[in-house]
Amino acid sequence: MSEEEFQLIEADAHPLDGYLREGRIPHIFCPACSLGSVTNILIEAIKEAEFDRKKISVVSGIGCTGRIAGYLNFDSFHTTHGRAIPFAIGLSVTDPERKVIVISGDGDLFAIGGNHFIHAARRNADITVICVNNFNYGMTGGQAGPTTYVGQYQTTAPYGAVEEPFNLPDLAASCGAVYVARWSALDVRRMKDSFTEALLKKGFTFVEVLGSCPTTFGRRNQLAEGKKILEYFKEKSEIQHGADTKTVRIDKDSQIIVGKFVDIKDKKTLTDHLMAIQRMSKATGKKG
Amino acid sequence: MSNQDSEIPVVLTGQHYTTGNHAAAEGSIAAGCRFFGGYPITPSSEIAEHMALRLPKINGNFLQFEDEIASIAGVLGASWGGVKSMTATSGPGYSLMVENIGLGLMTETPCVIINVQRGGPSTGLPTLIGQQDIMQARWGSHGDYEIIALSPSNVQECFDLALEAFNFSEQYRLPVTLLMDEVIGHMSEKLIVPPKEELTIISRKKPTDPPDKHLPYKADDSLVPPMATAGEGYRVMVTGLTHDERGYPDLSPEAQDKAVRRINDKIRLNKDKIIKLEEYMLDDAKTALVSFGTSARAAKGAVNRARKKGIKVGLLRLITLWPFPDEKIDQLADQVDKIIIPEINYGQVTREVERAVHGKTEVKGDFRLGGAIHTPQEILKEIERN
Repeated sequence: MSEEEFQLIEADAHPLDGYLREGRIPHIFCPACSLGSVTNILIEAIKEAEFDRKKISVVSGIGCTGRIAGYLNFDSFHTTHGRAIPFAIGLSVTDPERKVIVISGDGDLFAIGGNHFIHAARRNADITVICVNNFNYGMTGGQAGPTTYVGQYQTTAPYGAVEEPFNLPDLAASCGAVYVARWSALDVRRMKDSFTEALLKKGFTFVEVLGSCPTTFGRRNQLAEGKKILEYFKEKSEIQHGADTKTVRIDKDSQIIVGKFVDIKDKKTLTDHLMAIQRMSKATGKKG
Repeated sequence: MSNQDSEIPVVLTGQHYTTGNHAAAEGSIAAGCRFFGGYPITPSSEIAEHMALRLPKINGNFLQFEDEIASIAGVLGASWGGVKSMTATSGPGYSLMVENIGLGLMTETPCVIINVQRGGPSTGLPTLIGQQDIMQARWGSHGDYEIIALSPSNVQECFDLALEAFNFSEQYRLPVTLLMDEVIGHMSEKLIVPPKEELTIISRKKPTDPPDKHLPYKADDSLVPPMATAGEGYRVMVTGLTHDERGYPDLSPEAQDKAVRRINDKIRLNKDKIIKLEEYMLDDAKTALVSFGTSARAAKGAVNRARKKGIKVGLLRLITLWPFPDEKIDQLADQVDKIIIPEINYGQVTREVERAVHGKTEVKGDFRLGGAIHTPQEILKEIERN
């Protein structure tokens, strides 16, 4: 943007007024972290999906992404490390009209919380899970995690990570998620469209967002500026809607396949099953 | 969900012959529990099985989770969803739950955890009795907090105290533990379920101020804030971080002092209302037994036998284990020459009694390490020893 194009926007209200808890700003996110824009996009998607705001609950675990729930002016829950998903299931089944969104990081959802993710997908629980994958544990200072790729440097992988990373879309798809998409932090419009689709769909829907973490990931991996990480995403990303999720693993310097991979129609959800059990229990003469 | 089931009774008023586990499940339902999240574990599984059968009929939900960690997380989520919720487990499962019990304490989330105790440590004695989780119930999670734990000694009390556990959890906004044991859970006895209208049911206090004025963690003199839950327009903000009255994280020593003091004091200040004791033949006693749960049954038998022999002995039965009845034990220490504590562990309640008597009287534990109960005769021998 050249200087003559630059102009101060004057407005009485910010488009997100009422959607953020004003008393909680400023946020804790680092400069050039993508969590601010992910928060913004999530709110835009919630607006677009036109939910009754009373019916939205946002649940996070622990970590940088885990702080997002607390900034949002919905019913918001900042739970324990890894346990956002089962907490969200408890919220979800107590009101079938409630839309429950889990937003958390890769370590929270797939290391300590991995068991809950796979079972929630298997049950087709009525929750939308958004994972901001920044390839490391940011809040605790940059340790390696379950999505750290082979050869990535982190504080607990000082000689380069050696373990195989999770391929998150493939994990979600193989466990039964009805909607699976991945976008990088650069793809803000497509990300919003996916968030909206995921929110409007019944059942277990999952969106992976590749986040930019210059502070604890980039700094150790020749991507020390947020802009560099976004440029890296831009250079490596390729949209392949409907790609076989087995092919979308992310390796060092590999192509990054993004897009909507799974969108299954008409699969019974956990809420459907629980309501069916209620009907069956009343119909049978079983004692009790 | 649908509401076409008026013919299916919620409270099973009448006389039953049933087990402690089933009675505890029915007491929970009578208290208003409509969500159960759990994971199978001996000797508590019959509670889950009974809830799986019963809850759907009365528009409740039963969910078998992937582990106990998920179970208690789901229970907390359901409670914030506005539904009375519970889980049931045994020692190993309780061990997995303690972090989220701490979340429940910090966020002041009403719910009930039943621990049908078996012998430990570790996998221990899956099918046999233990009373070894008394201290775990008190101190299992990290940080400073007060808790409530109740201990039934018969099937009727499994029903009554499950209901009371819900009432306490709703009144004081915290997870409450019903500390059963394998023998109480599996024994069959008479249970009388009163008519619904004779039951006292307490539900969480609701806010009366409008959402834009509401401070979710601002308490009145009761020290227990009203509880808005999800979907009511209050946009609740719930975090396990130290928080201010708005529920917003505030990591200052001042906020920590205020928040942690209150969640402790709300129980400390009300402990007289929470502590339930049974005093049996204590008036003229020179020796007192202090016991609870299954052990208290044998202890009562020992008192009866001792009295027939003219020995002045009585029983203080702890129905509430936490908060501990320090003052009552202290008074007892002024009266008796000796306190004997029959318990199926290696001295957990004995240690508390020793602390509470301030050295004023002799304290002696009568321990079983798990897997077997005392007989009244064995306790009688302990009374007669000297």
